[in-house]
Amino acid sequence: MAVDSEIKKKAELAKHKKAAYGQDIDLDKFGIGRKDIGETKDLRELKEEDQKTLLNVGVVPSDEGRSGSFVLMDNSVVHEKQLGTGVEVMSLQKALKVHDWLQEYNWKAVKADADKYTARTFIEEADGYFIHALPGQKVKLPVQTCLMLKSQDVAQTVHNIIIIEEGAELEVITGCSTSKHVDEALHLGISEFYLKKNAKLTFTMIHNWAENIGVRPRTVVEMDEGAVYINNYIALKPVKTIQAYPTANMNGPNGVCVFNTVAIAHPGSEMDLGSKVMMNAPGCKAEIVSRTITTGGKMIARGLMVGAAKDVKGHLECKGLILSNKGIQIAIPELDARVPEVEMTHEAAVGKIAQDQIEYLMSRGLTEEEAVGIIVKGFLDVGIRGLPPALKEEIDATLEKVDLARM
Amino acid sequence: MLEIQDLSVEVGGREVLHDINISVMSGYTNVLFGPNGSGKSTLLMTIMGFSGYKVTKGRIIFNGEDITNKSVSERAQTGIGLMMQRPPNLVGVQLGNLVKIMSKGRVKAEDLAEDLNLTGFLTRDVNVGFSGGEIKRSELLQLAAQNPCFVMLDEPESGVDIVSIEKVGKKVHELIRGTSCAGKSGAVGKGALVITHTGQILDYVNADRGYVMCKGTVACTGNPRELLHEIRTKGYDECISCNIGKKTLVKVKEEGAN
Ligand SMILES: Nc1ncnc2c1ncn2[C@@H]1O[C@H](COP(=O)(O)OP(=O)(O)O)[C@@H](O)[C@H]1O
Ligand SMILES: [Mg+2]
Repeated sequence: MAVDSEIKKKAELAKHKKAAYGQDIDLDKFGIGRKDIGETKDLRELKEEDQKTLLNVGVVPSDEGRSGSFVLMDNSVVHEKQLGTGVEVMSLQKALKVHDWLQEYNWKAVKADADKYTARTFIEEADGYFIHALPGQKVKLPVQTCLMLKSQDVAQTVHNIIIIEEGAELEVITGCSTSKHVDEALHLGISEFYLKKNAKLTFTMIHNWAENIGVRPRTVVEMDEGAVYINNYIALKPVKTIQAYPTANMNGPNGVCVFNTVAIAHPGSEMDLGSKVMMNAPGCKAEIVSRTITTGGKMIARGLMVGAAKDVKGHLECKGLILSNKGIQIAIPELDARVPEVEMTHEAAVGKIAQDQIEYLMSRGLTEEEAVGIIVKGFLDVGIRGLPPALKEEIDATLEKVDLARM
Repeated sequence: MLEIQDLSVEVGGREVLHDINISVMSGYTNVLFGPNGSGKSTLLMTIMGFSGYKVTKGRIIFNGEDITNKSVSERAQTGIGLMMQRPPNLVGVQLGNLVKIMSKGRVKAEDLAEDLNLTGFLTRDVNVGFSGGEIKRSELLQLAAQNPCFVMLDEPESGVDIVSIEKVGKKVHELIRGTSCAGKSGAVGKGALVITHTGQILDYVNADRGYVMCKGTVACTGNPRELLHEIRTKGYDECISCNIGKKTLVKVKEEGAN
């Protein structure tokens, strides 16, 4: 693979560059992720517990009802399958060999020297998925991908590229999770998405990490005229530290961009979750909605919307519930208008569940715990209303298991 | 069935109810009249046990048991149900789901919804964007699913349009008159305490006794139809004065109780 030596030099220099947000992670503590885990043609041949891990993040081991499937364990591609037409699914490193033209998308949206995490991922020439929806193809079945941590004390580095060609439509479901026996590990995931004219991508990501896992995703979405990007992010399980601030650059007119975030910060978890939308062309519309809960951890919900062209419209909403005395909720919504003809609004609210709502339900014969559970579920539900029913059921099942007991 | 003894209640640091004495026997439906702000809703909210309604004096006895310090859940489980005047919005909680959860799947929400012209409302978030009349009907739907032995209704008819009033009236009638119920009923079945402003609901329920509340106390008690007639012709001034002449109060009571 040809690597621009200029970028390489920059990446080397950025090896210790701290990120703008989130606690600093010492990368030297984490070894290189395994590259020797064997391939599996059929995910049903995986160990039962691994299959369960997949299912928990919306990834179907049979690949049924999917137009493509990709699984990465540590740094090993263990499964890549293209099942439908109109879409290419393969590992990125393979795709870079197959398509010469892909080089111009490689490390273009995300800068290799953005911080130490991007730098390490670049230097390791990380692999990941390449998903390519062909021009005009409205792919009916979603593509599923899973990034799984399999080994202790390693840093999984991932580099993904999704390209949705002109007029194409695709849905991608990505699940990230930790194998049962892994205690401490790190996930660094670079994602570069390119949406051409009138392309549409619905990207749903479910994070199921574990108590001692550090997570640093870096995502940039480049959008052309009339492109539609819908991002659903769901993180309901414990994690040690996660910091993400995916950015959509709306470069062409009349695009639509939606970020929905639903997350729970458990005791010991620190979650710094943001979404950034740059409305750089006229007529663009954007919506950022986040519904977060702390049951004892620290939750920072950021949102930034920039209106840099006329007739853009946006709404930003950060709502946070505090279900424990020890929990912290910080909401930081920002609006930045650079021309006068913009219409942007925001709404932020943090606090505990209103007592009158709890008692209203109690007056119907429910216990206090049941009442709290219903209200919390409803609160999160607003953030994931648009999800496909099957996925929603999955999330409901996860929520059922989350301990929402109040202090 | 329900006995309120010398009850004083503080809301927001201010005493709103003073020395209330009211009782509802099982098999009976009593109504509360009174001008705006006289404390009618406060009384029902206090009986249900909502926090923020602080009992500073007196007791609430339900079927012989002192429930003054019981939680809202316990009161509901023992058979008390309330149609609230201003229930909170439950964003993200669909009405149909709520009915399913509270009735543990025993009640068909669809049938109840049809009875109350609320078919399209089962997938809507509880109370969110509901009009006044829609809130009443949704409250009634929930209460019907709950089917409490002691029914409290806060102005069930207000805001309900003339087309729906018939259905609401019928449902209220069923709710109060049915024999089986959830929780502890009295010897002769259910009991009810109904707030009415207009008296319209009296066309649908057999009210046994009326109370008129003024400035946080019970000013008069008597035959509900006679009280209503008096209020309609003379307004509430008369009732306030009847509190001063305690003798008249007793008289009205005797006549009304027949
Ligand atoms: N939460 C509250 N905080 C302060 N005052 C209240 C509150 N709720 C009710 N009140 C006051 O208590 C009085 C009785 O109110 P309410 O019981 O609603 O009257 P009614 O139902 O008879 O119209 C009113 O003066 C009202 O303003
Ligand atoms: Mg009232």
